[in-house]
Amino acid sequence: MSDRVSLRTFVVLVEDVPGVLNRVASLFRRRNFNIESLSVGKSHEPGISRMTIVVRGDDRMGRLVEANLYKVVDVVRVDDITHRPNVSRDIALVRVRATPADRAAILQVCSVFRARVVDVALDSMMIECTGTEDKIRGLVTLLEPFGVLEMVQAGSIAMTRGASAQSASAQSDAVEIDSGDDDDVDLTDEAA
Amino acid sequence: MDGSDPSTEVKRGAEAMWEALVAEGVEVVFGYPGGCIMPAYDVMPRYPVRHILCRHEQGAAHMADGYARVSGKVGVAIATSGPGATNLVTGIATAMLDSIPVVFITGQVPSKFIGTDAFQETDITGVTIPITKHNYLVTRAEEVYPILREAFELARSGRPGPVVVDITKDALQNVCAPVAPKPATSSKRPSRAKRGLAPSKPISEHDLDRAAALIASAQRPVILAGHGIVRSGSTELVTQLVEKCDIPVGLTLLGLGGFPATHPHALGMMGMHGEAWVNQAIQEADLLIALGMRFDDRVTGNLATYAKNAKKIHVEIDPAEVDKNVRVDVALIGDLKEVLERLLPRVADKKHAAWNAALGAKRAEVAPIDIVNTPHDGRLFAAHVMHDLYRLTEGKAVVVTDVGQHQMWEAQYYKHDHPRGLVTSGGLGTMGFALPAGIGAAFAAKEKEVWIIAGDGGFQMTAAELSTCVQDGIKVNVAIINNGYLGMVRQWQELFYGGRYVATPIVSPDFVKLADAHGLPGMRVTKREEIPAAVAAARATDKTFVVEFRVEAEDAVYPMVPAGADLHDMIRRPSKNNGGAK
Repeated sequence: MSDRVSLRTFVVLVEDVPGVLNRVASLFRRRNFNIESLSVGKSHEPGISRMTIVVRGDDRMGRLVEANLYKVVDVVRVDDITHRPNVSRDIALVRVRATPADRAAILQVCSVFRARVVDVALDSMMIECTGTEDKIRGLVTLLEPFGVLEMVQAGSIAMTRGASAQSASAQSDAVEIDSGDDDDVDLTDEAA
Repeated sequence: MDGSDPSTEVKRGAEAMWEALVAEGVEVVFGYPGGCIMPAYDVMPRYPVRHILCRHEQGAAHMADGYARVSGKVGVAIATSGPGATNLVTGIATAMLDSIPVVFITGQVPSKFIGTDAFQETDITGVTIPITKHNYLVTRAEEVYPILREAFELARSGRPGPVVVDITKDALQNVCAPVAPKPATSSKRPSRAKRGLAPSKPISEHDLDRAAALIASAQRPVILAGHGIVRSGSTELVTQLVEKCDIPVGLTLLGLGGFPATHPHALGMMGMHGEAWVNQAIQEADLLIALGMRFDDRVTGNLATYAKNAKKIHVEIDPAEVDKNVRVDVALIGDLKEVLERLLPRVADKKHAAWNAALGAKRAEVAPIDIVNTPHDGRLFAAHVMHDLYRLTEGKAVVVTDVGQHQMWEAQYYKHDHPRGLVTSGGLGTMGFALPAGIGAAFAAKEKEVWIIAGDGGFQMTAAELSTCVQDGIKVNVAIINNGYLGMVRQWQELFYGGRYVATPIVSPDFVKLADAHGLPGMRVTKREEIPAAVAAARATDKTFVVEFRVEAEDAVYPMVPAGADLHDMIRRPSKNNGGAK
């Protein structure tokens, strides 16, 4: 346990009912927990949505966030995966000014970051990039000299590595198999 | 209703609503009709539930709250949509802060109008998300019955709290299609009603042993007794622990009555207006055993200096309260009663003679300057009223207070020996609470006498509920402590704002005439020797009786820990009996 303030990642399974995002967001606002990122979408189970919430705080705050989340009746399960090996991804779309003369150079940058060009216009390109926030920041830094016209970044989504799964019906965790040294396994990030 | 599965009958949503209430054993509801809730009122006479017509929906909310606090059951308040629903908000927040189980039923505009700013539409579920344990918008008649049943279960389970069920007018009017009984849930998920709290791990033997070891090794232990003792019905078990281990007990405001005030180990109330010896005991303790309390800032004062040398054991049903304000050494998260049942066999008999004697000596130092022990000079102090009321009612009344100076004097001078004998707004500090909450309490405490104690300011906030007493034949005794000021704010102005009394002198109506205008008897008391006659007169009538006590205007509540100051850094009672005037 540490008092160090860091980014903490929670995986929260909630019932897919109207207003559930409002309830969770309202809780964070009321308790004055500052959300760094929050993303919501489907899970593998029908009727269950999955939120990934990133909050800045220490261990004590992490416990309070978890306990408070459980007070929301629509919340089925909360996992603080901060200290567990996990894969966390952001997605970003970047529209960058691209004169015909610059296109080759931009493509080269994209290839280093394993980003994809998803739209090309006469004087711009749209690039899709997934990865850690660091990687996306790195890409954007290299694209800035060309002229970033517009950018959108979604909140992090995260999943623990190994055999354990966040299941709404699971009463206890499956035996956890850590993949060990996670730096080597994370192939998609090698370029960044 | 009985003997058949209500979910398979053809009926209207409004009927399903009352059937759900009857199935929950509801005997009384407090409410106010209006356009969108009218279908529910229309069928009400068919059901064995009494309805009390409040004069303002805030009154209905506090009535249901007062009823719940005294009965231990779930209270019910009903309002219509829009302004009816928003008028409940203060009462909902009051119930939330004090963990009181109340189900609020509100009408809503027909579902096809939702979101159109229709006449008397508000998004009451949106409004009440932060002040409810959970809330619902019900748009189909079929949902009315199961959701209400779930709402009751949620309100009373775990850490209790308020639940709002907002039902559209069409859901009340429409016929429920017969639905097959629900198959037993196949999911391994915990039921929704079990949620609202972290899936608490069973309390481990290891943690119980650690707690027992801390108790065994403590030299200067103090028990902090909170509202959880009352809610879980653990008074008997706490008393066993206290007597077995010879531990003194400090109480929170809402904990009063949870441990008998006249027990030799009872220190009295702690915190901002707690007695000096209690707060000193906490600051000098080497072990705090917090039972069903949440280290509210009014109890702890400055957290940085709070009980610095004490180990802390925290028994609490809500995991979100553990480590929130004060870091603890052992957390036992769960039902207090269960924890105590398992903890008691692990603790050995122990004596703390020196510790208790030292606290007793500190107490004896203060007693001579206590106003009720000093010869009175003809002036009437609120403390006299509280002390004499305690004596005359033999401590057996249910006392419902408003918020302010009189509330603290009540807590200091009325000795509560029984749980559920004090009803007061602790967490939210809601002025105007007493009269309506007292009406609710009167329904729950049919064999007891109910005394409402209010200040002249707070009483005026909900005085209209006197009409409710008249119309519904409710008997309560009302003591108005009139000092001509919003007294607690005036006290802060005196102590912390250079004596500038801005907006605190308050004019009141003639309260005896006000009672008379309602057809109710009343009396005015200006001398201490008149108190017994007034109490006797109040008791002699079966009508609500109003006693106005004209007390010393600039009296202050002592001791006092200024907000945010260290708990041991108290402003003491003045040594001369001059009621606090400098």
